[in-house]
Amino acid sequence: MTRNDATTEGTEPDAVETEREVVEGDSEVDEDDGEVVTLAHGAGGEATRSLVDQLVVSRFGDAANPAGRAAEPGAVGLPELDDGSAHPISGGETSIVLTTDSHVVSPPIFPGGDIGRLSVAGTVNDLAAMGVTDPIALTCSLVVEEGTPTATLEAIMESMRATCEEAGVAITTGDTKVMGSGELDGPVINTTGIGAIEPGALVTDAGLSPGDAILVSGTIGDHGIALLSEREGFDLGGGLESDVAPVNGLVAAATDAGEVTAMKDPTRGGLATTLNEMAGKAAVGVEIEERSVPIDDAIASAGELLGIDPLSVANEGKVVLGVDPDDAEAVLEAIRDHPLGENAAIVGRATEDHAGRVVLDTGFGRRYLSEPAGEALPRIC
Amino acid sequence: MCLGIPGEILEIDGHEARAEFWNVEKTVRLDIVGDAVEVGDYVLNHAGFAIRKIPDEEVAETIEIYEAFLEGDEEEALEEIGATDATLEFGSRPAAVAEPGSVGAGGPDDGVGPDGTPVDGGSDDGD
Amino acid sequence: MATDATLQFRDPDAAREIADRIDALMADVGEPVSLMHVCGSHEQAIAKFGLRSMLPEGLAVRMGPGCPVCVTNMPEVDEAVALAEDGAIVATYGDMYRVPGTAGSLADASAAGADVEIVYSASEAVELAEENPGREVVFFATGFETTAAPTAAILAAGPPGNFSVLSAHKYVPPAMEVVAELPDTDVDGFLAAGHAATITGYGLFEAFVEEYEIPVVVGGFEPLDVLLGIERLLEHIDDGRAGLENAYPRCVSEEGNTAALETMWEVFETTSGEWRGIANIPDANLAVREEYAAYDARERFEIDPDVGAADPLTEQCICGDIMAGTADPDECELFGEECTPRNPVGACMVSSEGTCKIWLEYGGRPDL
Repeated sequence: MTRNDATTEGTEPDAVETEREVVEGDSEVDEDDGEVVTLAHGAGGEATRSLVDQLVVSRFGDAANPAGRAAEPGAVGLPELDDGSAHPISGGETSIVLTTDSHVVSPPIFPGGDIGRLSVAGTVNDLAAMGVTDPIALTCSLVVEEGTPTATLEAIMESMRATCEEAGVAITTGDTKVMGSGELDGPVINTTGIGAIEPGALVTDAGLSPGDAILVSGTIGDHGIALLSEREGFDLGGGLESDVAPVNGLVAAATDAGEVTAMKDPTRGGLATTLNEMAGKAAVGVEIEERSVPIDDAIASAGELLGIDPLSVANEGKVVLGVDPDDAEAVLEAIRDHPLGENAAIVGRATEDHAGRVVLDTGFGRRYLSEPAGEALPRIC
Repeated sequence: MCLGIPGEILEIDGHEARAEFWNVEKTVRLDIVGDAVEVGDYVLNHAGFAIRKIPDEEVAETIEIYEAFLEGDEEEALEEIGATDATLEFGSRPAAVAEPGSVGAGGPDDGVGPDGTPVDGGSDDGD
Repeated sequence: MATDATLQFRDPDAAREIADRIDALMADVGEPVSLMHVCGSHEQAIAKFGLRSMLPEGLAVRMGPGCPVCVTNMPEVDEAVALAEDGAIVATYGDMYRVPGTAGSLADASAAGADVEIVYSASEAVELAEENPGREVVFFATGFETTAAPTAAILAAGPPGNFSVLSAHKYVPPAMEVVAELPDTDVDGFLAAGHAATITGYGLFEAFVEEYEIPVVVGGFEPLDVLLGIERLLEHIDDGRAGLENAYPRCVSEEGNTAALETMWEVFETTSGEWRGIANIPDANLAVREEYAAYDARERFEIDPDVGAADPLTEQCICGDIMAGTADPDECELFGEECTPRNPVGACMVSSEGTCKIWLEYGGRPDL
């Protein structure tokens, strides 16, 4: 639910300092026990989950969901670590869905988008991945550093406005903080999204059943590879662009066309992490035909040059869907008819075998597809 | 550490060249490529350096071998790669099979020893 | 055409034809065969494309000491960490970033505030020095001949005065001899690394083949190249001969890249050194020659790593045995338990081409 994809950086220690006041009130802080947060903790995958478990779920998991997992219909709590949480109201007729994302990305304006577009799309997509395609509203919290050119912020905020318009959502409340010069590495934008949905229409990460088709809504790896190339200063030339976009319209088309059983937006850790999470939460296996996974030629090539697998890096305008096999073609067609979905494909299926794991058929042989262990680093080996 | 990628030279500027790798362009250094490189040549790139010019005809010939396998013409494929007579020949290169005792069958090529001095192709230049 | 060619070397149908031939050869040989490759990129290709699941039972393809990250000795990492902690900008390849030294990795140093930069090319490290004239920039240089030659090229070209190299470069051929001589190692054939051989030439292996009477085939890295290399080795084994073959002629010649070799030997000389977990190998490390001492970090700085206590688990790590081909990762007590990609004990669990990490992530030799 917090976001810090492969291409983002952590905030500077001073920014954390303001939050520490909260902690110091009731706990002893032993800063010398040797453990520190590393970038790997923000890369998605196991390291991130472990940190979130240790810091957050251990404290709030029970209170948020006292009876354990999925206590009542239409409820999704903290322990599920889904794209957001869901809370039944009005006697269970409606569920309120809530999600939040903090965005730090370097550079803040990148090929194919910027932090403003990312911060709107990220939250809209988290709601969409739970089935909420017409959000009620977003919030916007902005933390900037003294000395940031107003023109930069204008550009970012204008991008947020345009992306909100595209997604059909409005920002209705927010907050702005300014940090001293040198106290922040770049703008930080938090957005929170809220929506309402009939409990029966709620789609979780965990809904896969053996036999379900696995669909992706378009090319995989664009955002992660494009930003890594840009951020590391690789002169990889043009043609590498982030896919950042709100996918709520596309998701609406998909859910209208057939039975979508599970859904997730493959951000941090990429398709590999997302599929492993979906397989793990549903206790099913997933089999993927590698050659069916759509990957842009330039992204594939840059991935080879960098030694980074496009399946393991973030996407910001894509969704992974589990679909009832009888509806798979219809849902695929509906997605392909959407402007963001022309490259959508059926890439595999859920199985009874290999529960909790993802098996990749490479065309040559079969192997596991595991989630990446830490942040993606270019390698030369 | 061998993540080598073939790319096509687009333009050359002294020790540096712009190369295309399957729709992605990147600057590579030519310091150690060895052969004279021209625009349109293919080079093997490793960690930002071109380490070998790849002759077109050798790429084509390797592909032919694999195609022969694919077309089920196994004998032809094996003949092409020399399985039948223990002599592996690719294009105009010297014989690529060097049985012990027939060292330097393709003519003594000069190597370079660890001390920087050229050594005879027939001697132990492997240190 | 680079694209088309690359795709053609990834044709699954052709791969199956070669795999069928491998099956037939194995049936003819009639006993288990153990092949060793000495290149992490071979391991990556084999694992990434799932090639092991195409191979018949009884045919083992193991990775030897072919991962330069894995064989980099802990004290070498300690030196880099010490330089970073002392205020130098340490530039290194992404592969080395998380490799644990005695007490920590460069990633740990970075988390504690040191300046560690990941570069893709040696020339980027030089650019860092040019951009930071007031700082010392140390390039922690790792890898075999394919990266040693580029490192040499930038030193030969005269980098800025605030630039130096901490060399952990390795030289493969002597290590193959050590592995061939290990009493417990049973290798029927070596698949030699195509890109290292691009630099050194395949002629380099003649003496090895003669001495140890083990066939050596130089292979490329696309799936078809790897399978062809294996097929060629089996032909030799089936015929009962120990020959040398070049199955990667589009990149490898007999004499190699003489220009690159000249540059490499102008700047580097071989020296003995410890390969992590394997042995102290004579002439298998590359040290900066005296003529270039001004750019040698070990000459320029007094490096005194404050290593602290070593992780006691390190004692139980069997990376050395794995790289010597005498053990598989699942024979290690730490494998997947105390030792994971997130908390690696040995370097084989760090590198994307390390055998342990590959086994854990890709499933070793999975029956899927």
